[in-house]
Amino acid sequence: MLPDSGSSFAASFAQALLDPARSTPASVIGPNGKAAGRRYDVYRNNVTVSLIDALAAVYPAVQRITGTEYFRAMARFHVRSNPPTSPLLFEYGRGFPEFIEAYEHAQDMPWLADVARIERAWLDCYHARDAAPLSPVPLASIAPDRLAEVVFTPHPAMRIVRSPFAAVTIFAANRDGAPSARIDASIAEDALITRPDVEVVVRHLPPGGAVFALSLASGQPLGEAASAALEAAADFDIATNIAGLIAAGAFTSHALGDAR
Amino acid sequence: MSTVIKPTPAAKPLRFATPIGGVAGTSFKPEHLPAILEAGPRRGFFEVHAENYMGDGGPPHRALEAIRRDHPLSLHGVCMSIGGPRPLDKAHLARFRGLLARYQPALVSEHLAWSTHETSFFNDLLPLPYTEATLACVCDHIDQVQEAIRRPLLLENPSTYVAFRESSMRETEFIRAIAERTGCGLLLDVNNVFVSANNQGYSALDYLADFPLSLVQEIHLAGHAAQADDEGDLLLIDSHDGPVADAVWKLYEIVIRRRGAVPTLIEWDSNIPDWPVLRAEAAAAQAILDRHQSAAPKGERHAA
Repeated sequence: MLPDSGSSFAASFAQALLDPARSTPASVIGPNGKAAGRRYDVYRNNVTVSLIDALAAVYPAVQRITGTEYFRAMARFHVRSNPPTSPLLFEYGRGFPEFIEAYEHAQDMPWLADVARIERAWLDCYHARDAAPLSPVPLASIAPDRLAEVVFTPHPAMRIVRSPFAAVTIFAANRDGAPSARIDASIAEDALITRPDVEVVVRHLPPGGAVFALSLASGQPLGEAASAALEAAADFDIATNIAGLIAAGAFTSHALGDAR
Repeated sequence: MSTVIKPTPAAKPLRFATPIGGVAGTSFKPEHLPAILEAGPRRGFFEVHAENYMGDGGPPHRALEAIRRDHPLSLHGVCMSIGGPRPLDKAHLARFRGLLARYQPALVSEHLAWSTHETSFFNDLLPLPYTEATLACVCDHIDQVQEAIRRPLLLENPSTYVAFRESSMRETEFIRAIAERTGCGLLLDVNNVFVSANNQGYSALDYLADFPLSLVQEIHLAGHAAQADDEGDLLLIDSHDGPVADAVWKLYEIVIRRRGAVPTLIEWDSNIPDWPVLRAEAAAAQAILDRHQSAAPKGERHAA
């Protein structure tokens, strides 16, 4: 169609949807010349409430921690300043952890943004492409002197979230509904999030584990990844960690690096 | 070496004859999956919002595959923004086409509404003025969708809360013109007719008398809620959060008597009840459909 023909209705209708300070668009009316204020507000309400609901669906543990009223007030700010750009609502809220980090009223919960990052990664893992995880058996067939050259293909559902706080423990305590003992939030925790089949599993990685997994996921061979992990944590156990990552479904395949 | 996974799984063969005839279906809600599978295959169909299944993999697709194994599927798009002035989102259209190829739904529908403007997605079915300019734009969008999916789309009449000063056509006139120009079929949402008639101050029966019933290939029924407008008058909200209202059932029976039995969906999207409650609503629709199964669609007879 021609540029602008009929397009003004959407521009003026859209402008006030997320801005309560703007008045009802002049283009809309009620029947028989009635006012359209509360009528237009139905759309405003649908948009804002449904997008807050969408954030609540992505971040249930954050909502449980803050309480519903607090969460919805915080989410309303985010929805109004950062409406979704994709019609796929499970993609929405990628900027929410950074928003929480900067949110004035959340400064006494410095770990909250990292809990949100785990929840965002959880949902990405949930919707990721299906793939059969690498079975633990084949690694045993590689000659011990070639093991350092082995490279791994990350599973499409695998995610890692690093936190200087006890974000994994806080996430777990607020996601499954189980009451927890008092948590020391100051202990750094890294999360491994995988979905080898249907269920998403969030694990707490040992020290050096995140450096190791991220290094392998970026295509570094096993030897180099292990060196990086040992640099991060002197007591890093290579055998336990690689077995743990494979058992968690972090990879789909492996190969000898020089064969590539 | 690494296993190559195909990005789009191949479609499984269709087990059902289409058209599926005068059967009643329900929205598919994942929380009902265990109860549905336990009860085994049943007469009817399930409808899903296409966007909820546009992820690459994971549990949503497992659930949809399980449902689709034994039941016809209706794919209901919510976010194509057909009624908006902006060009359609090509990536979204490609995803929609991919879902059709994978699940081969018996019914495919979208809304006469818009939800995206510039870069913002508003997650609501927003209204449009009915003018020659918007008519041309909507028809162009439907042409694009039908070209992409290579089958007719069913277009749903909206629930509306406001009117536009610039509108120059009745909604029924606008929808009839779309169907004539694009060859699309129609999804008649009887609850939307009831809600809009109340909100816009016209008669639902007059609307239905003016609606091209012979082109209706699916019907939606749902619950609504009540609020008030600026003057304190009743404003009905298309909330999909409760049972179908008695007045909507009456309109539905009038439509089926005139149109003959067509696939009918009970929509229920929030405050979702246990499966037996939803199933009972579908059974009530099925009873009405069964009273009119033998009657040939009168609209079609007239048209022939």
